[in-house]
Amino acid sequence: MNKTVNQKAWFFVIPVVVLVAFNAVIPLMTVVNYSVQETFGNNEFFWSGLDWFKQILHSDRFHQALRRQLIFTFTILAIEIPLGIAIALTMPRKGPWVSVCLVLMALPLLIPWNVVGAMWNIFALPKIGFMGHVLNSMGFDFNFTRQPGDAWFTLILMDVWHWTSLVVLLAYAGLVSIPDAYYQAARIDGAKPFAIFRYIQLPKMKRVLTIAVLLRLMDSFMIYTEPFVLTGGGPGNSTTLLSIDLVKIALGQFDLGPAAAMSLIYFLIVLLLSWLFYTLMMRGEEE
Amino acid sequence: MAKITLDNLRHSYMENPQSAEDFALKQIDVEWDDGGAYALLGPSGCGKTTLLNLISGLLKPSHGRVLFDDVDVTDQQPDQRNIAQVFQFPVIYDTMSVYDNLAFPLRNHGVDKVEIDKKVHEIAEMLELTDRLKTRASGLTADGKQKISLGRGLVRSDVNVIMFDEPLTVIDPHLKWQLRSKLKELHEQIHRTMIYVTHDQTEALTFADQVVVMDEGVVVQIGTPIDLFERPKHIFVGHFIGSPGMNVLACDIDNGKVRVGGEVIEVANADGFNANGCEVVVGVRPEFVSFVDKGGIEVDVTSVADTGRHRVVAVKKDDLELKLLLDEEDELPEGKSRIAFDADKTRIYADGWLVEQEGNK
Amino acid sequence: MTKRTNWIVPTFYIFFLMLPIYWLINMSFKTTNEILGAFTLWPQEFTFDNYIKIFTDPTWYTGYLNSLTYVGLNTVISVSVALPAAYAFSRYRFLGDKHLFFWLLTNRMAPPAVFALPFFQLYSAFNLFDTHIAVALAHCLFNIPLAVWILEGFMSGVPKELDETAYIDGYSFSRFFVKIFIPTIAAGIGVAAFFCFMFSWVELLLAKTLTSVAAKPIAAVMTRTASTSGYELGLLAAAGTLTIVPGAFVIYFVRNYIAKGFAMGRV
Repeated sequence: MNKTVNQKAWFFVIPVVVLVAFNAVIPLMTVVNYSVQETFGNNEFFWSGLDWFKQILHSDRFHQALRRQLIFTFTILAIEIPLGIAIALTMPRKGPWVSVCLVLMALPLLIPWNVVGAMWNIFALPKIGFMGHVLNSMGFDFNFTRQPGDAWFTLILMDVWHWTSLVVLLAYAGLVSIPDAYYQAARIDGAKPFAIFRYIQLPKMKRVLTIAVLLRLMDSFMIYTEPFVLTGGGPGNSTTLLSIDLVKIALGQFDLGPAAAMSLIYFLIVLLLSWLFYTLMMRGEEE
Repeated sequence: MAKITLDNLRHSYMENPQSAEDFALKQIDVEWDDGGAYALLGPSGCGKTTLLNLISGLLKPSHGRVLFDDVDVTDQQPDQRNIAQVFQFPVIYDTMSVYDNLAFPLRNHGVDKVEIDKKVHEIAEMLELTDRLKTRASGLTADGKQKISLGRGLVRSDVNVIMFDEPLTVIDPHLKWQLRSKLKELHEQIHRTMIYVTHDQTEALTFADQVVVMDEGVVVQIGTPIDLFERPKHIFVGHFIGSPGMNVLACDIDNGKVRVGGEVIEVANADGFNANGCEVVVGVRPEFVSFVDKGGIEVDVTSVADTGRHRVVAVKKDDLELKLLLDEEDELPEGKSRIAFDADKTRIYADGWLVEQEGNK
Repeated sequence: MTKRTNWIVPTFYIFFLMLPIYWLINMSFKTTNEILGAFTLWPQEFTFDNYIKIFTDPTWYTGYLNSLTYVGLNTVISVSVALPAAYAFSRYRFLGDKHLFFWLLTNRMAPPAVFALPFFQLYSAFNLFDTHIAVALAHCLFNIPLAVWILEGFMSGVPKELDETAYIDGYSFSRFFVKIFIPTIAAGIGVAAFFCFMFSWVELLLAKTLTSVAAKPIAAVMTRTASTSGYELGLLAAAGTLTIVPGAFVIYFVRNYIAKGFAMGRV
């Protein structure tokens, strides 16, 4: 659409800018402020420059948390995106089953995050939880509170359970927006189902899938409540993702400086990843 | 290439159609000759697109059969029928180049590479797309995209019929004319059967050798553009084709004499006609009404509209209102004037349908 | 495309989704003895004790009311400020528009875990600590960008000619916006409101940080109830089940809006 240039449009945007800036800029400045200072309590602060940043970038603890975070993020993306597309493709397009599917699938999205964690904790408990009991009676030695591998398995499964529906809903929205004529033309051209997927459905879903990947990417980096309730970051530190580590440092040890520096570093990482992905996806569009 | 026969075709979108209203197509028996250029003309919602989808196989009819060269294809899928269709909105494969778009149907049918390359270039040449073969199809303008949709139908040498579903809807007006003459030219080059669906009479009349006029799920008339103009079989056709449309006038009939506005007029098909309780009207095109010095019907001129080549004059006598065409050079009579109808081109219609008579056929 | 076996995939997926929820509900009707004693697929000694315990505690009603209040406030604020902004983004080009849009979206990347403490200080400084409006405003951080983005999508789908026709017909801008434009994108507003509701309802970290008593959210009440009474899984399950109910209600009522929003293809 051709947009007219109109600087007065800023007036429409001002309320949004003010509200978001209030919530974003002031706390962000606070965090930046902490990140360059050292405190010994009593509200006494000393300038420490970029020391915290150097210290964190060289600390094993940060590297490990970051590595766990990246493994987690890419694992859930690798599962949720293809699974979400597959489910959206097989969902009915019209009829009463559409709303049944939508309602049931959207349900996990509307459960408070700590309840999701608690629910999966109960569900996966080795003896009395359904999943734990079934796995153990099938001969697996499953205990997510003791074995890191099991904790990871439960954590990933929980995230897939919680968020795949978001991908499904977005992909489905992309699919139903494809006019019938495309499918008809493809049938007339004799296209096989895979060709229809590859040349019609996937290109038309590109926009919503970009959004889906971005949302999942950002949100998985921020994930805190669910794993905290489920595993508390354990056993040991095996499921301590970035946010959990941050809160441990900030509130557990009251090291505001390092926590702030770390959160800025990790904010920049998410920003960089999102920006890279976004430009990569949009480069094709501009041609 | 094939002759297409629609035999006793009816279609409803409902599971259990009860009355005639439930049918989108009520009763269709049409034969489309091989290599003809047809237009399917009718107002929006008359069932044109449904009919098209029945021929292409995107829909399966509730009743009746579709035959290609006398072979029943009713149960065949679109890809088995070897047809091509150009839709209202251009359908292209966004991520492919123009070349790949044109090659797509051939690749799906397993044609070998050399043959594909030859065909694609041949068609691109015809459609003047050769210099854009390497560009991405999504970058083209609407008419370019529509050419690609058309090209995908043309590349296949086995295509029985090419169908167009209002293909010029999204094209800029000045390009419409160009693309339409291109179509006509292509038809003369390749002699495939083409069916062109539209609600625009100019498009239909300029493109087609035979026009099929539809209204409310039935075929009202099939004929050449001249037939439709001079001998509309139904007042709907008279109304729908021509600008302004045919005058439809209330009349009294007794003993074969037709009275309009109190005066007896001559018509072409009233001999021995018996109304039998039908509603009878007189239809005459504005082109066949003229001012006369004496006789005819006395009327008042109510308005004049200048269309450039001629003037449309509206006249009135009591409840009788009609329009007539007056050439630019002819003089418009002042005050009370008299009009008369061309008897050969004035006909009566019973319940909307033309009254057919032996002598007139 | 429409293969007969297609229904299997969504059915299995929904089954997978429902399993943990069923387990939660199942647990909530069991006695503590049964939960710890034996593995049972449904309650052998069906009991309402857990629910009775919760409902006899008055903090529960207020918890519900608190949550619904700030979620409702947030939805209204987010959507109403996002409407004009989304209109500006969809219709006009102005200085810094692209950067502004991207900046708005980056706010979804800010980890609440990091912001919790600064938020606490900020809202305390404004004397808003432990009020509904504090949580509602804080949630604007991630809901406004989302609402702007969703609404912008819907508005871009409305042809510009609609605006122009209205001006020619003599509508003033504000009258056009309220009388014509908003009804046209009603489905979009429904979808945006739904997502705002959803993200505000499920977020707990900020809501918990910014409240102590007067505006304490239901999910936080639940954690407290469960933890103060020791490790009582039945009670925890009942509390969890109750927090699912409002969400389920909301989805049920907006399902047609969502389906319609999807049909417009602009989500």
